[in-house]
Amino acid sequence: MSVTGLTVESPVVRLCGIGKRFLGNQVLRDVDLDLHAGEVHALVGENGAGKSTLMKVLAGVHQPDEGTIEVDGVRRTFASPREAQSAGISIVHQEFNLLGDRSVAENVHLGREPVRWGRVDRRRMEAETERLLDWLGERGISPRTQVRRLPVAQQQVVEIVKALATDARVLAMDEPTAALADHEVELLYDLVRRLRERNIAILYVSHRLREVFDLSQRITVLKDGELVTVRPTRELTSDQLVRHMVGRPLDAYFPDRARPADLGDVRLAVRGGGNARVHGIDLRLRAGEIVGLAGLQGAGRSAVARAVCGAEPFTEGTVELDGTPARIRSPRAAVRRGVAYVTEDRKGEGLALRQSVRDNALLVRRAAFGRGRGLRRLDLGELLRSVTLVARGPDQEVRLLSGGNQQKVVLAKWLAVEPKVLVVDEPTRGIDVGAKKAVYDLLRGLAGQGVAILLISSELPELIGMSDRVLVMYDGRIAGELPAGPSEEAVMALATGHALEAA
Amino acid sequence: MSVAVEPGVRPQWTRLGNPVAAVYGALVLLLVLGSVLVAMRGGVLLDQGGILNILTRSTALGLVAIGQTMVILTGKLDLSVAYLIGLCSLIGAETMAGDPGMILPAVLLTLACAAGVGLLNGLVVAKLKVNAFIATLGTALIIRGYLENGYTGPSGQVPRVFQHLGYDRIGPVPVSALLMLALAGLAWWFLARTRPGYHLYAVGGDEEVARFSGIRTDRVVITAHVLCSVAAGLAGLFLASRLGSGAPWVGTDAGYDLESIAAVVLGGTLLAGGRGGVAGTIGGVLILATLDTTFDELGVTPFFKDVVRGVVLIVAVALYARRRMRR
Ligand SMILES: Nc1ncnc2c1ncn2[C@@H]1O[C@H](COP(=O)(O)OP(=O)(O)OP(=O)(O)O)[C@@H](O)[C@H]1O
Ligand SMILES: [Mg+2]
Repeated sequence: MSVTGLTVESPVVRLCGIGKRFLGNQVLRDVDLDLHAGEVHALVGENGAGKSTLMKVLAGVHQPDEGTIEVDGVRRTFASPREAQSAGISIVHQEFNLLGDRSVAENVHLGREPVRWGRVDRRRMEAETERLLDWLGERGISPRTQVRRLPVAQQQVVEIVKALATDARVLAMDEPTAALADHEVELLYDLVRRLRERNIAILYVSHRLREVFDLSQRITVLKDGELVTVRPTRELTSDQLVRHMVGRPLDAYFPDRARPADLGDVRLAVRGGGNARVHGIDLRLRAGEIVGLAGLQGAGRSAVARAVCGAEPFTEGTVELDGTPARIRSPRAAVRRGVAYVTEDRKGEGLALRQSVRDNALLVRRAAFGRGRGLRRLDLGELLRSVTLVARGPDQEVRLLSGGNQQKVVLAKWLAVEPKVLVVDEPTRGIDVGAKKAVYDLLRGLAGQGVAILLISSELPELIGMSDRVLVMYDGRIAGELPAGPSEEAVMALATGHALEAA
Repeated sequence: MSVAVEPGVRPQWTRLGNPVAAVYGALVLLLVLGSVLVAMRGGVLLDQGGILNILTRSTALGLVAIGQTMVILTGKLDLSVAYLIGLCSLIGAETMAGDPGMILPAVLLTLACAAGVGLLNGLVVAKLKVNAFIATLGTALIIRGYLENGYTGPSGQVPRVFQHLGYDRIGPVPVSALLMLALAGLAWWFLARTRPGYHLYAVGGDEEVARFSGIRTDRVVITAHVLCSVAAGLAGLFLASRLGSGAPWVGTDAGYDLESIAAVVLGGTLLAGGRGGVAGTIGGVLILATLDTTFDELGVTPFFKDVVRGVVLIVAVALYARRRMRR
């Protein structure tokens, strides 16, 4: 792809002066954006900057209050997603947009099922889906499988196929990798490259800067709903980009690790823990320590977390908290003993979307302890500030927050119980660089106050940067332990079972 | 939860698979059990009269429940059907007024009125975003007010030919039951094979997803409500033909509102929507009718009858919930 081509060719889509208000709240202001065929255009910015909103304006989900949309030089207005689709614009949403109970083919053709003699032509639907999967080089997904039975990464593929099935020429992807593990991200890279070769214009939103640099040709930065800059990717360094996004340089990304003197007694000890998913788990978390738990998707990281927190308890082995044996049989028991678990799935398990920020933040605390009893009075404002939440106030419905800010509410909810042991599963999924830094500082600060932290993350740099020790899981077992600051290769060797076979 | 998912494709089941088979399995079991119990009392459950009884009971409930299935599949609910049935029986019988020539106009008028009520329900739910529970409860109250104000007992008269609809049978099988089953077949085809049917499932599965996929979710919800009310209208006409006239209480006495919801849920349709179908519903209807007939044969008190029905319903839904969790 030649850069000269970019400037000479006329754009497929041009957004001009887009403005959007929600209930008087200006979310976008005078934003311009061009998309060219065969180009990946990255859209970056902090949580709540308006990235998803801009995408939704493009895809006809929201109608802009100001500004114009041109497709192939012709002015268009989209009253609905369907109208945008017929103009060749499709969107892959930030939250999964599939019906779990329906088949892959049914999802791909949702809303546009082919009809013959008054009945849905299932054979054609399946053949068409098969063809699209082939075109993308995705084999191993049957069009007839129920979507809920597919692993997350394949659901993501289905989502993309669904977007393409409308003969899309413009594809907007909102954090397509947020739900994927590192090795699955590679598959998506391939997919995006193939889409580019097929001359599709891609608008790509991600908080993972590595992806932005790997994939995009141009970058647009939004801040507080306004356009900061548009630049060819080659002309930017990652530091410059971060400065544009956050408005200031971020120094020393990860906070300092704990010194040996900072570590206290063992807070949580698991010996020979096992259940249907994991086996022979030995785990010791000391006060002040952040222990990373690495492994591939399905290796059992979340299963360990869920066992420790009573969601699917260990059926074998012993658990000790602060040196005394503890039987943790339910999440409630865990919370009452000071073990908190920040889940990875915010939509499914983490949040009551229709309730307010306040109700969500206090949910666990109220449920497990009753109002106020047993805990110090809590300063909600302070708590929300500590996770750098951007919301209109504690009364805003969580559903209306941007994706990243929802994640921050999940964090706040668990911090509200003032835990002794904190298990965090993908704590920075979908949150922006500035907020990530805040979460890192927050976790380290908690450790400094004597909390023992078990950190699960699919983003290796984060896991390595944050952990005082790294445990690597493979196939339901702990394959090995690495000291602070291991290399990515060392972790991956254990995670893929390489080291085991070599030994 | 990532760990629960094994990579690769797992064995699949078709939409018509598991729950429906389970419902009909339970029905067969119940028929056997009922037969044994009745036989111990020296009776026969499945003789000509018994079969007739079960099928006749199933007809009106079946009609309502087919409609209710549509609404529940979209994740809504219709509590107005019982009063609507009464209203429709009256409209039908009064318009006919004993004149065979008026049958067709009366049927059309009745169904048009029913469709109007469905349209109202649908509009309030879809456009005004009123919760379906409340919206249809409101409609129910409005119809009740009208009925109580205007009627104290049966009214109107259906001509003799029209009564044939309610009483004719082929062997032990009432013609009306066959018509009901035909309608069920049609509804099944609609849901499983046509585009609007697909969209019904989509809206029930996740309304946002459906909307973002370009489905006009409002129309789908309205359609479901209209179909449900028309089905209730048919039930009203059927009951009028059995009774010979219309009556304000025909729908409410049998509790067709809650009964139809029970049948749908018993048939394996998710109350939250998006999953299930008419085949299961008919199974649920037959189970309820068989229970009733068996208890009548056994001469059990109505109180005990209700307790058993309640238990059956709760156990069934609990089993479905377990199944779903294990998936
Ligand atoms: N439907 C809505 N009603 C009211 N406010 C909304 C609505 N949708 C979004 N907002 C607000 O608009 C702002 C921008 O949200 P948007 O989802 O576009 O952010 P984003 O850049 O995608 O953030 P993230 O990176 O966290 O996903 C946020 O402050 C959000 O609370
Ligand atoms: Mg977003």
